[in-house]
Formats: sequence, structure tokens, C-alpha cells
Amino acid sequence: MYRYDHYDQAMVDSRVEEFRDQTRRRLEGKLSEDQFKPLRLQNGLYLQLHAYMLRVAIPYGTLSGAQMHALADIAGKYDRGYGHFTTRQNIQYNWIKLEEAPDLLADLARVEMHAIQTSGNCIRNTTSDHFAGAAADEVVDPRPYAELIRQWSTFHPEFMYLPRKFKIAVIASQTDRAAMKLHDIGIRMVRNDAGEIGAAFYVGGGMGRTPMIAPCIREFVPVDQLITYSEACLRVYNRYGRRDNKYKARIKILVHELGREEYTRQVEEEFAHLLTQGIEPPLAELERIATFFADPPFETGLADDVDRSDPGFALWLDRNTLPHKQPGYAIAVISLKPVGGIPGDASVEQMHLMADLATRYSFDECRVTHAQNIVLPHVRKADLFAIWQQLEAAGLGAANLDTVEDIIACPGLDYCSLANARSIPVAQKISRRFADTGKTAELGELKLKISGCINACGHHHAGHIGILGVDRKGTENYQLLLGGSEGDDTSLGKITGPGFDEDGIVDAVERATDVYLARRREGERFLDTYRRVGIDAFKEAIYG
Amino acid sequence: MVELLRFREDEPVADPAVTVDAFLDQPDARAVRIEPGDDVSVLLPHLAHVQLVEVNFPVFGDGRGYSAARTLREAGYAGELRAVGDVLLDQLSNMRRCGFDAFEPERAMDPQAVQAALDRWPHDYQPAADGHVPIWKLRHG
Amino acid sequence: MKILTGNDLKSGAVTWWTGYDWSIHVEDAVDVGDEADAIAAREEGARRVNAPYAIDAERDANGGVRPAHIKDRIRALGPTVRPDLTLKPADPEAGNWVI
Ligand code: HEM
Ligand code: SF4
Repeated sequence: MYRYDHYDQAMVDSRVEEFRDQTRRRLEGKLSEDQFKPLRLQNGLYLQLHAYMLRVAIPYGTLSGAQMHALADIAGKYDRGYGHFTTRQNIQYNWIKLEEAPDLLADLARVEMHAIQTSGNCIRNTTSDHFAGAAADEVVDPRPYAELIRQWSTFHPEFMYLPRKFKIAVIASQTDRAAMKLHDIGIRMVRNDAGEIGAAFYVGGGMGRTPMIAPCIREFVPVDQLITYSEACLRVYNRYGRRDNKYKARIKILVHELGREEYTRQVEEEFAHLLTQGIEPPLAELERIATFFADPPFETGLADDVDRSDPGFALWLDRNTLPHKQPGYAIAVISLKPVGGIPGDASVEQMHLMADLATRYSFDECRVTHAQNIVLPHVRKADLFAIWQQLEAAGLGAANLDTVEDIIACPGLDYCSLANARSIPVAQKISRRFADTGKTAELGELKLKISGCINACGHHHAGHIGILGVDRKGTENYQLLLGGSEGDDTSLGKITGPGFDEDGIVDAVERATDVYLARRREGERFLDTYRRVGIDAFKEAIYG
Repeated sequence: MVELLRFREDEPVADPAVTVDAFLDQPDARAVRIEPGDDVSVLLPHLAHVQLVEVNFPVFGDGRGYSAARTLREAGYAGELRAVGDVLLDQLSNMRRCGFDAFEPERAMDPQAVQAALDRWPHDYQPAADGHVPIWKLRHG
Repeated sequence: MKILTGNDLKSGAVTWWTGYDWSIHVEDAVDVGDEADAIAAREEGARRVNAPYAIDAERDANGGVRPAHIKDRIRALGPTVRPDLTLKPADPEAGNWVI
């Protein structure tokens, strides 16, 4: 894992002191709310439905045991005993006091963490593949590049007041596990014919009210020009991105309106100029960072077989563990989706347990996934049973990864001031319905995603089944979308028709899955069947 | 409280700054004022005798002026670069990094607070227009 | 009736204007008539509240105050999915008031 040196630490510490000073000025009335708002947002502090909400960055999703312990301690000390892991590899606390926020940030800084640029119209937390360093299909570990980008984008003097927020994801494997094409910039590290590492740039993706899939604007940026190319992409956006309408301000609209060719031409022109400016860190810096991400000291010669005699364990093994690049090891995913629970929430005790498990069984490392689960990336197969037993005892043993119960849901109207409808109760009812009817297993891989409003924090456009909360004359109403996907075969879901109330949407989801069960062919997932038979068969079953 | 903050030794030019359009008609003007939507690249051929570029920030959240400033400095502009308008204390250090060396904020600032804001950062992650040595260079010499 | 709500500047807690102070209990809210803007400006200036805004509400039979929009009812009670964290943790029916 990356560790701060005294430079990194000094920057984060200074930021805490800066925010302490800004908070004091706000409380003394020297800053108006209008002036203070962008400052607190650049430190991850929102004013939400019940209190201030703090969003803490988990860069590229990687956490040490000590860091996870610290997140738990913060939940106990400053919040009300829990935190919410989000789709963007962040954790959110819902009950923060402004007057205590600087102390909280100081506690975070002690474990080399921060909330810098987790909101505001700036470059946000850079996300990555949650299986980085463990997956068998990666070209290189993407995290050193993500860390290089983290440092470049942190306190970037030119890009603090962009037209709108800016999200970057970096991956480096065949399978896209980070929804890379739904980001402002998606970077895929690749190897060219000469065997050199470089970056393919996908620019202008996003969700929100106008979802768009990012087009590739360059197949190969040499690795020693990665930062320069990123800076060119950002500068063109900062200058020409729309500022007249907040809903048209994301880079996707600029790329769309200019056209990919023209945007690319402008970037290339700026890039040619910036290459003369010496802004690229030397490769030695990338190498320095990469040493932190070297493989942990895996044992060799371990056996691959596991005792499956406990049926509950066997189920968890099949559902929640994945192949590791190292023989004798597995990737274990801890589901934060207990049936009827709140997707992504974890209590103080659960966070402490996950931290302990990471330290004891996974080389002191865990990950946050964009599906709001936690990964133990490097676990000896021989330890899986012990891990599962401890998870079970803590209510973390749900064996439902990538099933209909593994729902992504944004906080919705229970917490979010922008929401039209609640998301969490819908998620709870759906997971209970399928757990009760026992259809979860039969349905196999089914990605269900719920957003409480058009902003799409819950990725509803990219769900095999998506649910969007809308406001219908003051009451909560839910639209159903089908056919979305993120990853290699990214596609955007289509709305089936008129919306439903809370119970109606649960029924509609079940009817859609019944169509799948009736019409699927051998080996087809829900999404495959949908793509083959088309939306009409589903509409008919749903609306009769 | 100060109304004009300058980080230059030379005397300020007294000429009023003209708009970019006016400047293109009278390219011997010594002072020009950029609005957020202006394309600074049209100024680049004429920078030699310009002594003051004012960059207007009508609202503090419109960050186009930061890129304008860097573009000017990267083209070799050495005259005064002044941020005017809705310029806030907490923005000064980033503006300095982008090449501004004078500020004329709408609301006057307390010089002590200004100094504290400018002294905030021990280092910088990126090279920019202020010549600061980035952290990666400190790490690798 | 029109009532005035906001968040406490320091703690962020949801608060309601009682006629002379801010309360965390929506029952304490008073009708502000057309005074909302004036009160909001004064109270925000004094930093006793952050981001105040006026909403429609009605007084119910038991003397309680019910905001017209579900969003403000959730603000008044707390998250419906965590009854333990609401203002009425002991009342299993509390959530019904929201919907
Ligand atoms: C409760 C506080 C939150 C607020 C106020 C908020 C606000 C927003 C807004 C306004 C957008 C739309 C941006 C646009 O289209 O320009 C957005 C997008 C997004 N948010 Fe949130 N959000 C919140 C929480 C979350 C949470 C909890 C998650 C993760 C579960 C999340 C993940 C995302 C993602 C993935 C997108 C869409 C991707 C994109 O187009 O950038 N947000 N959010
Ligand atoms: S999708 Fe809407 S309701 Fe859900 S968290 Fe985002 S802004 Fe809030």
C-alpha cells in the first residue's frame, strides 16, 4: 500500500489547519455561507437532510487495517455509530457537526487519509479496480497510476473551479470492474505492440440526467506523458465547458457538443504545447510509487482445495470468493447487503471486525468496491472458513455477491436533500422479496441499482434492472429501467413505462425476473435474455 | 485593509485596461482586460509591449481565469497579471501559483490574513507558473 | 401555515422557528405568515441558523405540525430506515407520519 512521506503528510496536515481556520472564520461570521460553501465542499462537507455530511476519500479503494479501524473510530466518536460506503470508493458520515469537522479531519490525517476534493467542482477521488493487484487478468497494477493522478490532482491550482465536478477512474485489465466508461475520464492502462505500457483515454462519460458512454479519444498515451495529457484534457474543459447551465456543465456535454474529433483536436493542440512545459513527473516517481504496490509476500505451495462440508460456507465460497492470481489464495468479498439491510452501511463493530480480518488474513489490506462491498484481496484459501465464521457472527456473511440482493442504492430521501424518493426501503423490500421466494440463486447474476433522483448516484442507468425515484405530485414514485450495464459491455437502461409506488415497483421487478426465468436459454444471464428478446416482452408482463 | 495587492517591484501602469476587442483594434495599448469568455490566445502575438493584463472574475466560482493566466505565463508574458473582481482570500495562493502577481479584490483584505493564506502550503504537488519546485522534484532531485 | 426551517450552524441539526428561538421539534414551529424572509435574514445574519427556508405546513388535530412535503417530514423525524436514530425511537408508528 502507498504510504505518505513527510511531503504528503505536510500537505494533508496543512489542509486540516487551513480548514480549521476557514471553519473558525465561518463561525465568527467572517465568511458568508456562499463563500464558505465551496471551501467546505472541497473538504467533503455537505449540508444534508439531517446534519452536515462528510465524505471521506478512499483513494482507489485501498485501505489498511489501521485505516479501517480509524474509520470505525470516527463513526463512533463524531457520528452515530456507522458509516455508508459509496459507489465511488468513499465513505460518508451522516451526522457530523461543523464545529467538530476540523478535529475529525485531523484524526483522519493521522492515518494518512483525508476528505480533500470529495466534493465541489474539482477533480474528485480517483477510483480504480477493487481487485487491483489480485486479479489474474491485469496488465499491470493500476493503482500506482491512480496515486500519481491523486497527487497531480490534489490542490491543482488551475482546476479548483471547473464548470462542474470531475471524476477519473483508472483500470488495467481486460474486465472493467470500475465502470470506467461512465467517468469524466476513464483510463485503461494497456500494453502496445512493442510491449510498452501506456494509457487509453476515454473522455466524456457520466451518468446523471444525461448519461453518456465515454468515447476513446486516444488509444495510447505513453506512460511518461500521462499527467501532461490529463492536464490538456482538463484545460480544454476548464476553458470551454459550459458554465451557463449547471445541468450542461459536465465534460460529457462539451465532448458531445464539440464532437469527439474537435474536442480531441483541441486536446492534442494543448498537449503539444504542454509537452514543452515540463510538467510531467519523472518515471522515477512512478517507480517510487509502484514499489508500495509490490505483491505482498505470498506463500507458495499452498493447496487449492477447501473443505466444503458446511453448506452455508460452501454457498458463500461459491458466491463471494473469486480466483486470485496466486495459487492457494482467493479474493473474498464481504457483502454489505444483508437481506433487508441498508446497502453499504457498516457499524463501528463491523468496521473494526473487517479491519481485524484484513490485518490478520489479507496482508493488512482491504478494498471498497463500487458496488458498496468490502474486499479482502489476498486471502489464503485455508483461512476462508475462519473468516466466514467471523463474518457470519457479525451479520456480514451474506452470500449474495452480484445477485439481485446485492443492490446498489444511493441514500435517497432518507438522507439526501436532492432526493425525490427514498431508495433504501425499496432495496430492503426487494432483497426480502427475493430472499423469501428463494429465487435469488436461480436468477444468478443480476445487477439491480437504485437512485433516489435523476442525479444517478445509485447508477440506475447501468443496472440490468434500474430504479429511479421521481416525485409525482408530492408522492414518491419509481420508474423501472431495463438493460443497463457497466463494464466491458456498457449500455444504458431504457425506461419501461409509467412509474409505480413502492410496493408496485417491487412487484414489477419480480415480474421482469419471471420473464427472464421463463425465456432464458442455457447460460444466459438476465441481461443476455433481455438483450435477445427485447423490451416488449418485459413490458407486456409488467403492464399486462 | 488593502485594495490593491501587488507582488511586483515596478510601478503600476496608469493606463486604463481596454477590452480584448478594443485591444485588437489598437494593439499598442499597454493594458488589457480579459473577461471569462475571452480567448486569450488572440493576445499572444501582441504581448511584447503589454504591461498589464487584468483578468476579471465576475463571480469567484468561474475558474476560467486560472487557465487564462497560465496560458499567458506559459507564452512568456512577464508583465503584471492582475486578478480583479470577486477574488477571495482563500483563492489567492492558487492564483499566485497560476501566475497572478497582483490582486484588486472587490472587498478589501486584511494584509495579515493575506500573508497567512499565502504562507499556508509548505510544498506543491505540481509545477505551475510560479516556479515552485514540485514535490516530485524534491523527491528525486 | 408557513413555517421556517433550517439547520443549526454549528451542529447542523434540523431546526424550526418557534417565534423567538429555534427548536429541533417541528411541533414547536409557529406560523410566520409573510415574515419568513425577514426572520430568515436576521437569524442567518446572527448565525443562529444556516440555510433557512420557508415551507407550507398544516396543524393537525393533536396540535402537531405537519410539513406539506415528505422531505421536510423526514427532516423533522429522522431517517425512516433507522427508527433508532429518529426523534421518536420508542414509537414504532412514528414512521407512518412521514408517509
Ligand atoms: C447524499 C449526498 C449526495 C449528493 C448531494 C450527491 C449529489 C450528486 C449530484 C448532484 C450528481 C449529478 C452530477 C451531474 O450529473 O452533474 C451526482 C452524481 C453521482 N453521485 Fe452523488 N450525491 C450524493 C451521494 C452519493 C452517494 C452516496 C454515492 C454513492 C453511492 C454517489 C455517487 C455518485 C455517482 C456514481 C454519480 C454519477 C456519476 C456521474 O455522472 O458523475 N453520490 N451526485
Ligand atoms: S441520486 Fe439523487 S437522491 Fe440519490 S444520493 Fe444522488 S442526489 Fe441524492
